[in-house]
Amino acid sequence: MHAPDGYIDIPTSVAAGAVAVVAVGFALRGARRELDERTAPMAGLVAAFVFALQMLNFPVAGGTSGHLMGGALAAVLVGPWTGLLAVTCVLMVQALLFSDGGLTALGLNVSTMAMATVVVGYAVFRLVVAVLPRRPSSVVIGSFVGALLSVPASALAFVAFFAVGGTVDVPLDTVLSAMLAVHVLIGIGEAILTALTVSAVIAARPDLAYGARGLLTGTELRLGATAQVDGGTR
Amino acid sequence: MTRARGFLVAGLLVAFVLACVVSFYASGAPDGLEKVAEEQGIAAQATDHDLAGSPFADYATAGVGDARTSTAVVGAVGVGLTFLVFGGVTFLVRRRPGSHPLPPSAG
Repeated sequence: MHAPDGYIDIPTSVAAGAVAVVAVGFALRGARRELDERTAPMAGLVAAFVFALQMLNFPVAGGTSGHLMGGALAAVLVGPWTGLLAVTCVLMVQALLFSDGGLTALGLNVSTMAMATVVVGYAVFRLVVAVLPRRPSSVVIGSFVGALLSVPASALAFVAFFAVGGTVDVPLDTVLSAMLAVHVLIGIGEAILTALTVSAVIAARPDLAYGARGLLTGTELRLGATAQVDGGTR
Repeated sequence: MTRARGFLVAGLLVAFVLACVVSFYASGAPDGLEKVAEEQGIAAQATDHDLAGSPFADYATAGVGDARTSTAVVGAVGVGLTFLVFGGVTFLVRRRPGSHPLPPSAG
């Protein structure tokens, strides 16, 4: 999904860059509320994990592959603001070190692969968790559905930027339907990988999963409170 | 705290194994956007990456002939650097114990 340089024109690339810079600015403020002594290293781990999973292209129909984007996963595990920063960090490492995603397309890629996936993935996650019973398995189901829809949302965001500043005149409705068709399939892979990872984290350390807060049992809450007091008195 | 550190180490280990070993078996087929761009005549607009000559360009390690080793180095560099950079950013952004907006809870 990493767009190279040249797909959208320079004015649109600059506009996408400005959108990304503003979003990262807000996220840096918002992430302060999500990060403390315990969750800051966890956020580093989540970014590294998203990088690793993005290397694992899985085959989808018709000689095409897809890989995890990770916006929904990161938002559920470390919070939406920190999640946005984590995927942005991954995209920057990829563009600067591995020539994956153009430098002028960085704003576009942050908008489509970090912002769109985190916003849609996390909103859907919250919605699903709100209607399901308050227990840990609801967090896994919510992350599955959030991840599932986050990928077509990302494809939609790309087509929107392409509609504004695409460098070649091709029928937009064909591009839109082709992008949605393939990314609905990739979304299934995203949903499976996200749900697997979230359930593994909840099984091991439910107190470290941002999206599971408030759904913990009494014992887990007491453990979390003890850990916070320990952290505060050090 | 040791349990948290154990979780962190285990998680990083899984990330390194995925990026260094499992990624060798990843699909090399064009991804969704690449495929659509090829079919719709957008792909021809792509220009070369500005850093195409860098040592790890295109997930290959310059000067390493063996594909497995090349991928393993790329995976290790990517996971390690991403963890250090983002761990550093979040460490700077985090709430300090002294600057907590709420008074410490009783107990």
